[in-house]
Amino acid sequence: MSEINATTPMNEMTIGGNIYEAGNARNFKTGDWRSIKPVYIEEKCKQCGLCFPVCPDNAIPVNKELKREDFNYDYCKGCGVCAKVCPFAAIIME
Amino acid sequence: MSIRERLSGNEASATAMKQINPDVVAAFPITPSTEIPQYFSTFVSNGTVDTEFVAVESEHSAMSACIGAEAAGSRAMTATSANGLSLMWEMIYIASSLRLPIVMSLVNRAVSGPLNIHNDHSDAMGVRDAGWIMMFSENNQEAYDNLLMAHRIAEHKDVMLPLMVCQDGFITSHSIENIMLEEDSEVKKFVGTYKPEHYLLNRNEPIAVGPLDVQPYLFEHKAQQADAMRASKQVILDVAKDFEAWTGRKYGLFEEYKLDDAELAIVCVNSTAGTTKFVVDKLREQGVKAGLLKLRVYRPFPGEEISKALAHVKAVAVLDKSDSLNSAGGAIFTDITSSFQVHKVNVPTINYIYGIGGRDTKADDIESVYKDLEYVAKTGDLGIPYRYLGLRR
Repeated sequence: MSEINATTPMNEMTIGGNIYEAGNARNFKTGDWRSIKPVYIEEKCKQCGLCFPVCPDNAIPVNKELKREDFNYDYCKGCGVCAKVCPFAAIIME
Repeated sequence: MSIRERLSGNEASATAMKQINPDVVAAFPITPSTEIPQYFSTFVSNGTVDTEFVAVESEHSAMSACIGAEAAGSRAMTATSANGLSLMWEMIYIASSLRLPIVMSLVNRAVSGPLNIHNDHSDAMGVRDAGWIMMFSENNQEAYDNLLMAHRIAEHKDVMLPLMVCQDGFITSHSIENIMLEEDSEVKKFVGTYKPEHYLLNRNEPIAVGPLDVQPYLFEHKAQQADAMRASKQVILDVAKDFEAWTGRKYGLFEEYKLDDAELAIVCVNSTAGTTKFVVDKLREQGVKAGLLKLRVYRPFPGEEISKALAHVKAVAVLDKSDSLNSAGGAIFTDITSSFQVHKVNVPTINYIYGIGGRDTKADDIESVYKDLEYVAKTGDLGIPYRYLGLRR
């Protein structure tokens, strides 16, 4: 399926807005919905693993060593749930 | 070979559905369409159809189930009337915008209130701009025939729109008349199997149906629906041609009854056309050049074709069995008069709201309309063009 964007002419758009491919939510970057953002303070992080399961999106990437990495701001909407659960103040909202 | 039978309009519709043998029927009972799912559920119980019958808890769910079934890639049908259609309202628009060719049998009844279960067209006219193809049926035969043609039209790749087949509640839905049925195997051959290009249950192509359609997209998707509606006109005619070759019964976008040389014309839909034909025949014997244009396809609206067909008459009366309560006129009247304006036809045209809430419309009533038309044709005086027929004042 070729990409459809705000300049695609009507006759090249799919009917009903159907999307003929899987996993397409990745293409919809929702980070700009955010009004405040979480900041990751790596020095304070104990890698306890409490933050990433509560993220309603997939905005906290976890690597192969099961360690969390910095936020993916393309999708983080700034809800603050991760900051709330962090026992070590390793995530602050600003 | 056609089979001669006698059936009510509801029996005829249920028989068509039995022969079509859709994958899913989801329906909720409401007078006067109740018999359709009732008969159909007996076909399911007897094993005469393979259909999954979903006994839903409301019409909103009925339409939702049909939407799910069609999106999954199956053929879905339903039947309803009046407030049942009102409860479907939200999903009616979802069905057409998702381009799901659901077929509905709509047995026309007054939308309450005050509470009324009898025939008028306020249910159908309420969804006239919802993006559904709308076909009207004079009698049980047309209700049956329109349903047999419905899927071929709705599922055509240039169309992909839902379609409703209307008939008059009680007047035709509960009256037993002669009918010609076609053989099961022939119907199956004519209707064919539904092979959608994209569908949810295709494991080789995972798809998303109904995603968020924000400012850069919805306008174009609506225009696509409008394009499909325009394209459906030719598809309706092509399918009618195939149908005629098969059954010998001829259909167009509308029927012209003694209209060629007519001077006074009535436009109406559904069973009133039968009464009007009787009156036309009677007046013709008296030398009055009366004629009828019976609209079969209301959406897409054949404005250009109607304008051409009526351009030669001296006066037209459009009968609307639903009052738009808009101080401008009924739905069919305003559609026809605006088509006249666009296509530069200048025929004096008046509107009658009639038969509301099942009020009987007799031959004498129709004759009085032709009398009024005689006066309009002679004097050119339209008087008040937005009129009522059979109203106590």
